[in-house]
Amino acid sequence: MAIARIAVNGVAPARRRSQLAMAWGRYKKDRLAVVGLAWVILFLVIGIIGPWIAPYNYATTNFLTANQGPTWQHIMGTDNLGHDMFSEILWSVQNALEVALGATLISFIVGVALGLWAGLKGGWADMVVMRLVDFMFAFPTFFMDLILVTKFGRGMGPILFAIGITGWAGYARLIRSLVLGMRNGEMVEAARALGATQPHIMRKYLFPNVMNNMIVALAFGIPGDLTVMAGLSVVGMGLRPPLPSFGNMIAAAGSNMLGYPWLMYFPAGIFALTLLAFLFVADGLQEALNPKGGF
Amino acid sequence: MVQALLTVENLHTEFRRAEDVIYAVNGVSFTVAPGETLGIVGESGSGKSVSVLSVLGLLRGTGRVTQGTARFGSTDLLKLKRRQLEDIRGRDIGVIFQDPMTSLNPTMRIGDQIMEAMLTHHFVGRKAAYNRSIELLEEVGIPDPQTRFRNYPFEFSGGMRQRVMIAMAVACEPQLLIADEPTTALDVTVQMQVLSLLQKLRETRRMSVVIITHDFGVATNFCDRIMVMYAGKVMESAPLEEFLKRPAHPYSVGLKSSIIEVGQTNRVLLPIPGTTQQLTEPPRSCPFVDRCTMAQDACRETLPQLRQLGGADHWVACLRAEEVVRHAG
Amino acid sequence: MPDEMLLEVTSVSKRFQVRGQTLHAVENVSFALRSGETLGLVGESGSGKSTLGRTVLRLLEADAGRVVFQGRDLSRLSVSELRKERRHMQIIFQDPLASLNPRMTVGSAIEDAMIIQGIASRVQRKMRVNELLERVGLPLQAADAFPFELSGGQQQRVGIARALSVRPKLVVCDEPISALDVSIQVQIIELLKDLQRELQLAYIFISHNLGVVQHLSDRVMVLYLGEVVEQGSAQDLFTNPQHPYTRVLLDSILKIPSSSAERRPLVTLPGEIPSPFHPPSGCPFHPRCTLAYERCTVEKPILQGPTTTHLTACHLAETAISQ
Repeated sequence: MAIARIAVNGVAPARRRSQLAMAWGRYKKDRLAVVGLAWVILFLVIGIIGPWIAPYNYATTNFLTANQGPTWQHIMGTDNLGHDMFSEILWSVQNALEVALGATLISFIVGVALGLWAGLKGGWADMVVMRLVDFMFAFPTFFMDLILVTKFGRGMGPILFAIGITGWAGYARLIRSLVLGMRNGEMVEAARALGATQPHIMRKYLFPNVMNNMIVALAFGIPGDLTVMAGLSVVGMGLRPPLPSFGNMIAAAGSNMLGYPWLMYFPAGIFALTLLAFLFVADGLQEALNPKGGF
Repeated sequence: MVQALLTVENLHTEFRRAEDVIYAVNGVSFTVAPGETLGIVGESGSGKSVSVLSVLGLLRGTGRVTQGTARFGSTDLLKLKRRQLEDIRGRDIGVIFQDPMTSLNPTMRIGDQIMEAMLTHHFVGRKAAYNRSIELLEEVGIPDPQTRFRNYPFEFSGGMRQRVMIAMAVACEPQLLIADEPTTALDVTVQMQVLSLLQKLRETRRMSVVIITHDFGVATNFCDRIMVMYAGKVMESAPLEEFLKRPAHPYSVGLKSSIIEVGQTNRVLLPIPGTTQQLTEPPRSCPFVDRCTMAQDACRETLPQLRQLGGADHWVACLRAEEVVRHAG
Repeated sequence: MPDEMLLEVTSVSKRFQVRGQTLHAVENVSFALRSGETLGLVGESGSGKSTLGRTVLRLLEADAGRVVFQGRDLSRLSVSELRKERRHMQIIFQDPLASLNPRMTVGSAIEDAMIIQGIASRVQRKMRVNELLERVGLPLQAADAFPFELSGGQQQRVGIARALSVRPKLVVCDEPISALDVSIQVQIIELLKDLQRELQLAYIFISHNLGVVQHLSDRVMVLYLGEVVEQGSAQDLFTNPQHPYTRVLLDSILKIPSSSAERRPLVTLPGEIPSPFHPPSGCPFHPRCTLAYERCTVEKPILQGPTTTHLTACHLAETAISQ
């Protein structure tokens, strides 16, 4: 029997640009996010080459030039030990980056792994993970950081580890709720109906769909961890001097605020701008990766 | 002829998007006479809902009316300030939507919501509003209204929620009731219940009704007049009898024959090819031309305007309408 | 072997535990299906028709009963055996967009079905994707599009192409057209019919659109609150409905009249579908049935009939038979 063959003239749009390019297109529209990104990139570059371009070593003390205001030799002035503040800041960026990125990465990996497991497995696994998450949220993590740092010392490694290991709960909760939302959805049901294994579903269906949200969470996590790190220094449990860090500088400047205000202005200003820049980038990513769409 | 209750003329609505503009309504005109029931029929993207939402000032997102008038009695609804329009909407014009769950406030007892509909428009006082709410609940067929008055929306089934919505919409005795896909989310037996309720209310109140639907079965069994829309334009508009006997637009004919009804066995189906598309520029030729089996060069060159066909109140936007009628008849 | 049954479902039940209450989604349903046949499942929301479709595919585990597919009891298969068997039984969803991965292009979505089942080499898979796209009426460029860039009808074509890519023998079509516009519905129905004829597919076609079900099905089952109230050949059931509920369903359809004088009077059946948590005693339909008498409230009617092909679960039909 002859059946009218169906012609489809509503042709699918040819691929103009990849999803990444479209996301960048949306990102570009947010001016603050672009400025923030520029600052973040500058920060990253300084984090890498900072120690080489620093005019002085962070440990170099010179009592003859202590507590100087900004001059051509010391454009951001010097502190009470004669450290060149500009060099201190350049070094601090590297330390800040190492700790913040490292710690965030640890929290992220732990959080994603536990969250995925809880969301996919459900039942008792979900129970255990979520109670742990509740515990982490209920317990003052900053206090836990202090305990861990006291126990393991004030070096780079222990601080990185302490911040990292206490910050995973948020990521775990986020990814679990995302996975739970999809696990019983038709997309996963369709994949199951095709005979896909759990790992396949996780890798090709769930993970790509939670990735965007995770990147955004990660972008918000970095400034958070920077703040915690600085907070530790302020209470005297941050990186052990002479290792320079923003927290240390700000804490030290606090006591000399009236006499030598530049000691506060430069590190605090740069630190605050950096936090803002990361937040702008995170905001921009949020908008670019998860467009509200529609009209 | 009787003075029309609602007269919409040359309505244009567009939605601005990041990179382009969607032309959703492109010059729609229609009238609703007192006591008349108009059925606006179309597929998704035909602009059937958008044209009515434009008139009611209920457009969402970036949608805005760029041209046209909508006279309700002696006022142009499109020129009113928001407050003035809100005053008319809900009092003189009742509105029902497809999904009652999203239009009802989930945290408020349904009785209070019906009362509020009357109190915000100063229709009656508090005591009277209470009594009237109970009456309305009874009228729309909700058993045990005194108890149900105190229930929350989630305690109702879909059909019952739609009844509550209807009670709210008619609470202030509107002259015009607008129903946007009121039965689409409902099962057939419940759809019947809701339609017969609407019919009863329409008769007791002598309201005009505009029902927006994609379902020809609903439209033809419920309405006095049928208006078919496509790509934001009116393709055909005719009194029911005329529409049933002499459909004059290839799209109307195609749509009607696309419906598979019980009892038609071994029918050869003739699908309308292609798909509907959103217009990103105003139409210059017949928007249906690419899917039309009767298309000619002339159809690609001009934009057919609504014109009267024969002596009856039958309007159609097709160059070859006479042939369509002859062909189908 | 035209007489061999592809699928035999015997007394399948499915219950859900929701907050301590038992929901009877599917109760004691049996049917059989041959290759190239279509069984229509009809019922309103809450009738359990979708649950039945998923239980047959063992996407949901049945609480009782047996599903034998190609001579093998599905409930006895191990997880990996079942995964292999899924190649022969597929499903098409009501909302194609929700069933597709938004981050996978159409081409890779179809290809992934073959990857999962370990079918064909990379090159062959790519060729088959093109073949399938053409077969379901999509342009080849569609392979590079993301699902949201397509129209509803095109998305459903992708769903069909993906299901067919593994060459199944049984396809459960779960309301495949109800989200689509009428003009597109017909296109999809024609496509499904053509494919069935070409590939000898067996369909379980779930829909609340009785006209479409009659058009497509060889046999039809009417479900009410998870129970079969009537089953028979499509022809028989729609021209000579026995169960009061089937009649109500058929009566509720609003056909386009040929003139305004022939409009359907809008009179209605009272009441609504009862909560499946507390199904009525006796016949599930008795609270809404205009013909119900005392026996209906206490005794559940058995599904039976004068012939083995047209069965009705109604005491009145029963008395009619015995007379």
